[in-house]
Amino acid sequence: MSLTSAHSVVAPSATSKRVAGTIIVAYALISIVPLLWIFATSFKTPPDSIAYPPKILFQPSLEGYCNLFSTRTRQTPEYINSLGPATGLCDETVRKRNMVIAGPSNFMPRFVNSLIIAFGSTFCAVFLGTLSAYGFSRFKVPLADDLLFFILSTRMMPPIAVAIPIYLMYRELGLSDTALGMILLYTAVNVSLAVWLLKGFIDEIPREYEEAAMIDGYTRLQAFWRTVLPQATTGIAATAIFCLIFAWNEYAFAALLTSGTAQTAPPFIPTIIGEGGQDWPAVAAGTTIFLVPILVFTILLRKQLLRGITFGAVRK
Amino acid sequence: MLNRTADSVARATPEPLARKVRGISDKGLAWLFISPTILLLLAINIFPLFWAIYLSFTNFRANRPNEVVKNLGLANYKRILADQDIWIAMQTTAHFVFWTILLQTLIGFTLAWLIDRKFRGHAFWTTIILVPMMLSPAVVGNFWRFLYEPQIGLFAYAVSFVTGIPATEISMLSNVSLAPWSIIIVDTWMWTPYVMLICLAGLRSIPEYIYEAAEVDRASNWRQFWSITLPMALPFIMLAVLFRGIENFKMFDMVNLLTGGGPGSTTEVASITLKRQAFESWRTGYSSAFAIILFVAVFGLANIYVKALNKVKQR
Repeated sequence: MSLTSAHSVVAPSATSKRVAGTIIVAYALISIVPLLWIFATSFKTPPDSIAYPPKILFQPSLEGYCNLFSTRTRQTPEYINSLGPATGLCDETVRKRNMVIAGPSNFMPRFVNSLIIAFGSTFCAVFLGTLSAYGFSRFKVPLADDLLFFILSTRMMPPIAVAIPIYLMYRELGLSDTALGMILLYTAVNVSLAVWLLKGFIDEIPREYEEAAMIDGYTRLQAFWRTVLPQATTGIAATAIFCLIFAWNEYAFAALLTSGTAQTAPPFIPTIIGEGGQDWPAVAAGTTIFLVPILVFTILLRKQLLRGITFGAVRK
Repeated sequence: MLNRTADSVARATPEPLARKVRGISDKGLAWLFISPTILLLLAINIFPLFWAIYLSFTNFRANRPNEVVKNLGLANYKRILADQDIWIAMQTTAHFVFWTILLQTLIGFTLAWLIDRKFRGHAFWTTIILVPMMLSPAVVGNFWRFLYEPQIGLFAYAVSFVTGIPATEISMLSNVSLAPWSIIIVDTWMWTPYVMLICLAGLRSIPEYIYEAAEVDRASNWRQFWSITLPMALPFIMLAVLFRGIENFKMFDMVNLLTGGGPGSTTEVASITLKRQAFESWRTGYSSAFAIILFVAVFGLANIYVKALNKVKQR
């Protein structure tokens, strides 16, 4: 044994900690720059956003957000002067560019679609997933391993490959470009994740709890409802957030299977254009609003993240 | 004492009676719980898959639903395997998958190895590093188009600042030789944290006493790294490679928004080719055959890889 060391012989030295810390902080700062740039761009005016060299210090403006939520038409200065005083901040900002607000843009309805489809499919996936996970965890299901692998394998298919027959099927059933169609599809994609994650969580709850409850006279169903579900709340919540993030971020199916009424935000945001090209501050504003919920969820989830991204294969 | 009594009573109760008392039998409940999921997957995944298999033998075109559908047998498959463009797309995909996985594994493992030193504030900085992978690849990929703009983009500016090349000449997305790297950079930026997180779990799973024993044997740090750290973290690294490999083989959203497969077809990965054939040229039968080939390829490779992974785990 080493003679003098009072602490663990394998603990990293202070120098190596300092070097490691410096490199990690540097990487973290560089990797976060694109996100900070999105945030900053959303508060720039269109001319500031395309200035060379790129402006780090600038006069903040809400023009990007105004443009995101509205459609505008160009008018002559005489016409604008003939109008009454500006009715709000956006009205004022837009008039400075010789334009008037013509109406609301499609961003809000697309954002609401994203909310409906993400929450709807998450609820269905977690509901089905909890039942199946309990079934697989507690009962002897014939061919259980094969069924579980089958459930997982549905997620290996390239989305475009799935989209071709789904496109035809939805056209026949009248489900194309409907929220219901998208909820069904996202539920099917997410249920595999939900089953695998929740099975891991339920496996960790000792069977003795239900057995005790059943001895006290509960039926299996009551025991599931009164003892397993309350114990699994954390796992169910974490699973729900993972499903929500997937449905929220999904692009391929949404871009191919929706075009109007049921379109979600991800295929919509890239189509935001201003006069003469992409209106980057408005795109950045839409991106910021779209990303903020995910940032919050990532921080809430950080302890469960590893489990979620590996389908429960790696647990801490 | 009470429990034991209840237990013996439960055991003494005849089977059919116990079942009646407890409502549905366990077997019935198991199927009641599992079947909705299986039915949903059969309807939304398996039925369409079989439909796609059927279509892959025909000349069906989704934009001409009233035309008579002819059965072509294996003609679609033969044409795909002989199609030069398909092979180029497969090469582009292989290039993309190879480099993204290599970079992500190297950088991700190094980051995990450094974070494992548990310096002050490592939990906070780890969370910061994890943020990019949680975001929508489509929405973020779209914004990278702005960062890549030749003159006004931040990326071009930063590169010209470091290298001295004029910012107007750094056009990542429209230059034929740079475009494939532009998608590799964004993918690496997004998904290195993913590999890092799994590697970190691997490093933390190595029990400390092994290092203590190595220290007793006076093994050098170098030797400890190659004989303990790397082999013991290897199953985790391989798992990360498996997940990233499958995901990047299917890659669509980020590439579609960043380059759309261009310039020309230099960044046309398999999914983009599939989308162009299926939803732009409307060759539904032909693209279904390609989809089936891709699916079999992912499935086959993943299966082989999982077998290798299990072998490493058992060692």
